[in-house]
Amino acid sequence: MKHTPLYQAHVDAGGKMVDFGGWEMPLNYGSQIEEHHQVRNDVGMFDVSHMTTVDFKGVEAKKFLQTLIANDVDKLKTQGKALYSCMLNEAGGVVDDLIVYYQDDENYRMVINAGTTEKDIAWINAQAEGFDVTVEPKLDLAMIAVQGPNAREKVFEAMPGVEDVAGDLKPFNSASLGGLFIARTGYTGEDGFEIMLPEKSAEFTWKMLMEVGVKPCGLGARDTLRLEAGMSLYGSEMNDEVSPLEAALTWTIDLTNEDRRFVGRDALEALKDKGANNTIVGLVLEGKGVIRDHQKVVTNIGEGEVTSGTFSPTMNKAIALASVPKGSEGLCEIEMRNKMVSAKIVKPPFVRNGKVLV
Amino acid sequence: MSEVRDDRQYTETHEWILDNGDGTYTMGISDHAQALLGDMVYVELPGEGDEASAEDEFCVVESVKAASGVYAPADLEVVEANEALDDEPELVNSSCYDNGWLVKFKSDGIDDLMDAAAYAETLD
Repeated sequence: MKHTPLYQAHVDAGGKMVDFGGWEMPLNYGSQIEEHHQVRNDVGMFDVSHMTTVDFKGVEAKKFLQTLIANDVDKLKTQGKALYSCMLNEAGGVVDDLIVYYQDDENYRMVINAGTTEKDIAWINAQAEGFDVTVEPKLDLAMIAVQGPNAREKVFEAMPGVEDVAGDLKPFNSASLGGLFIARTGYTGEDGFEIMLPEKSAEFTWKMLMEVGVKPCGLGARDTLRLEAGMSLYGSEMNDEVSPLEAALTWTIDLTNEDRRFVGRDALEALKDKGANNTIVGLVLEGKGVIRDHQKVVTNIGEGEVTSGTFSPTMNKAIALASVPKGSEGLCEIEMRNKMVSAKIVKPPFVRNGKVLV
Repeated sequence: MSEVRDDRQYTETHEWILDNGDGTYTMGISDHAQALLGDMVYVELPGEGDEASAEDEFCVVESVKAASGVYAPADLEVVEANEALDDEPELVNSSCYDNGWLVKFKSDGIDDLMDAAAYAETLD
């Protein structure tokens, strides 16, 4: 199995290591629920070095990204600005979801998922043919996400010099400091930074953050946090066969510029004209129990399926994201262990910045 | 390493059974099982007087990670369920052999269980 530069630090901290798409990663360091609360109430950090950073350089970098992804990088005008998007296949399905960071029109940085890296790189290289752009996967970078209401303050305390460059960063913006790349982004619904750094510096930085009281948190808490925040997970809410129009990701598509013929646009426009059948909604269980992935959902207008189900530590209730017929509302029933249990259909997010919103 | 208590018996599906000596037995899940499941968030318990046949799934313990059935080790009748778990399912994590017990039941007898040493060997 593959290891991140922080593998030994996880083992030393009592991390329960599991196979995560070929990477041996910490599920938790004792209690997933405590780690969840830690991030909501204070600050925690995650090793996300298994995710892949890709740099795009060249005179046609902008033109290429305008073709590759469904959102329009033309929106990015200031250095460091970030944009969330999907890249689509010809059929309009999602190859991956990603964040792209702007440096200038000839320099962009992208972060893609760990489990899809090989597929993505092959796809990107195939699309890049004929463009004056180089595609550079930065496999020697580590990434640490420090998240929570006190995250920024703790990063400034642990990492000298960072406050000077990142103290005034607005959400969804990034800055560089030597080999450090600091972005005010995350996957938890809390404030914080995602920090990319050379793998050689990873363990030292991790330990400095621990010194100032930032607790390590595992991928278990990362999943309950993102689900409470109503954020999609590739492979659950969308995949190669699901269109962003069916995954409540319409906001990540930009069709404004008619001349921008990005990959998948034709299929997307055809589906838009026809109308997508399904969408992603939130569910809150009325009774006791825990909603699980793939359970059947029966709404007022048809059947659907749970795409991500879990127990919300913040709400102390079971919650889920589910793919259901568009227009479903009110109460629905979930088939849980051979019983039908009632749940309320809501609009995600469930929790943001420590507050329950549903 | 997970704790195995010498005073009770174990099943292959990681339940423990303690003979109370009066025809009743107390049952829970082992330390190994609770560690594997992780943070417990819901325990579905049978009612007093419910009957179950050997190998029936008659309780469900649910952690953040997964739901897991708890199986009857013999034909039995439930005498008491641990209601404290309704509000504090995490007792199954913090005290699986004491306050985190699941049910008390009566039965004519239970065969084919492992003693602590035999169970500990299966965990290696």
